Amino acid sequence: MTSTTLFQPIAARPAPINTSGPVAWVKTNLLSDWKTSLSTLIISGLLLWYIPQLLSWAVFHATWVPNHEVCHNNHVGACWGLIAEKYRIIIFGRYPYEEQWRPLIATILLTGLLVLSCVRAAWKTWLPILWVVVFTVFFMLMYGNVLGLEKVETNRWGGLPLTILLSSVSLVLCFPIALVVALGRRSNLPAIRTFCTIYVELIRGVPLISVLFMASFMFPLFMPPGTDIDVLIRVLVGITLFAAAYMAEVIRGGLQAIPKGQVEAAATLGLSYWQTQRKIVLPQALAMVVPGIMNNFISTFKDTSLVTIVSLYELTGALKLGVNSDANWRPFIIEGYLFIALIYFVFCFSMSRYSRWVEKQVNKSKLR
Amino acid sequence: MAETQSSPIITFDKVNKWYGNNFHVLRDIDLSVAKGERIVICGPSGSGKSTLIRCINRLEEHQQGHLIVDGVELTDDIKAIDQVRKEVGMVFQQFNLFPHLTVLENLTLSPMWVGKLPKKEAEEKAMIQLKRVRIAEQANKYPLQLSGGQQQRVAIARALCLKPKIMLFDEPTSALDPEMIKEVLDVMIAMASEGITMLCVTHEMGFAKAVADRVIFMDQGQIVEQNNPHDFFNNPQSERSKDFLSKILGH
Repeated sequence: MTSTTLFQPIAARPAPINTSGPVAWVKTNLLSDWKTSLSTLIISGLLLWYIPQLLSWAVFHATWVPNHEVCHNNHVGACWGLIAEKYRIIIFGRYPYEEQWRPLIATILLTGLLVLSCVRAAWKTWLPILWVVVFTVFFMLMYGNVLGLEKVETNRWGGLPLTILLSSVSLVLCFPIALVVALGRRSNLPAIRTFCTIYVELIRGVPLISVLFMASFMFPLFMPPGTDIDVLIRVLVGITLFAAAYMAEVIRGGLQAIPKGQVEAAATLGLSYWQTQRKIVLPQALAMVVPGIMNNFISTFKDTSLVTIVSLYELTGALKLGVNSDANWRPFIIEGYLFIALIYFVFCFSMSRYSRWVEKQVNKSKLR
Repeated sequence: MAETQSSPIITFDKVNKWYGNNFHVLRDIDLSVAKGERIVICGPSGSGKSTLIRCINRLEEHQQGHLIVDGVELTDDIKAIDQVRKEVGMVFQQFNLFPHLTVLENLTLSPMWVGKLPKKEAEEKAMIQLKRVRIAEQANKYPLQLSGGQQQRVAIARALCLKPKIMLFDEPTSALDPEMIKEVLDVMIAMASEGITMLCVTHEMGFAKAVADRVIFMDQGQIVEQNNPHDFFNNPQSERSKDFLSKILGH
């Protein structure tokens, strides 16, 4: 009948030579066809035109001495002297000048804590304890009234310490609230589901500014006379509740992506509702929405600049306060904005890089 | 056949279930399963096979009738459900392994968190089960790094870690490549010889012939016919089962 042919596997061959190196890169990316070449030409022309002008303004013709008269006579260059002159008020706001070593230490401690909390080796049981300790020290340093430190009311706190305080506290507190609300919106119990839905829709329906106004001006009207909750705390609660509503929706998106079979498998293994959420559903759901969570973190960090409208002078507010009140320096506020933009960028960019690292960590199980 | 004189481990008594308002998926199911009995359930898709076995560990609720598993009647009572689930292991068509946990963690999760075993002991017991399904060397890999057949064997080992009295299989080989079906069936055949009560929804008729004490044929939410495999395959009683068998055995 038919003769069987012997199966002859083809021997493995090396992959084709990889064209790499700068010349190959330029060829494929910048000059591949006439359209690409034309746009490369136009864009490099624009860059050649603008970059020298920018450098001329920012570097070659800039004034570096903190003297506003020299700045006024220099019509073509930036006035970086403003930063040397005003950096204390930009960074520390209205905090008493002689006492500004206190917010400096407090900020370094808090930033150190935040950086430490990002490191895997620090995810131990002592970390929450360290948080309590650092926050206690932070408030003791900032508020004073103990250990011979002069008392400084919260309405004089400002600048970078306030920005970092507002964002770190609201981010840490909004996360557990968001988790509960996200789970609540998927609950089988109608009362819980309705409550969580109303909360999210109400908060999402108004701008952060109006939430801050309510926390700052309207909330005291509803309280019995004599009760006085510090405006800083009211604003913190406002930002936290605001951020939590958005975060809850991001997390809910992740929850919805978990196949029903995962929950069924957990049920057949005897896991309770909370065990299933904690061990099976949330780890997978949160891993999926890391970019969205970090997006919210970054946006909340920058949103803290809105607290200026209720007279808390964080970084942005402190800049306006310090420069606009001084007629000599007022024309150079743009240089001040560039300075705080750099500070914001350093924080936001670090958060974004950290988010990439977290994504890699949580996706390890997907690597083949 | 398994001994019939002992009291049944699973009893369906006029069980009815609907999906929504119109779809009557289980109709007057009467079934009793003896301890150690091995049952294969077959039938066309939509006939209620999966729903039937998913009622046994309350992944689905029945609305009428009584369903008693290992002496416990299944109702809305959470304690009863928990008690039944301790005795019933389940293997799914889509494996449903936890992709973010390693194979070993998949196996130790429930013994550690539900059974409160110390980690070391749970891992030792898990390794015994992994050896039993011949996959111990993959213990520290993640599920998605394994082939389908390997994943399904992990899922079987995970269910066995709870030392269940009853094992439910919901089309365990339907999502597998032909070459992998055998490795899973081999594990199941080995299990069948160990006296565990098995209910298996499958169309693997070779498996049914080899291990089943009884074959149940379902259609449109009812048990149409049940018999020992020899008689069921060689001498089906109803027209519907003859028609079904001619389709699945005819090629």
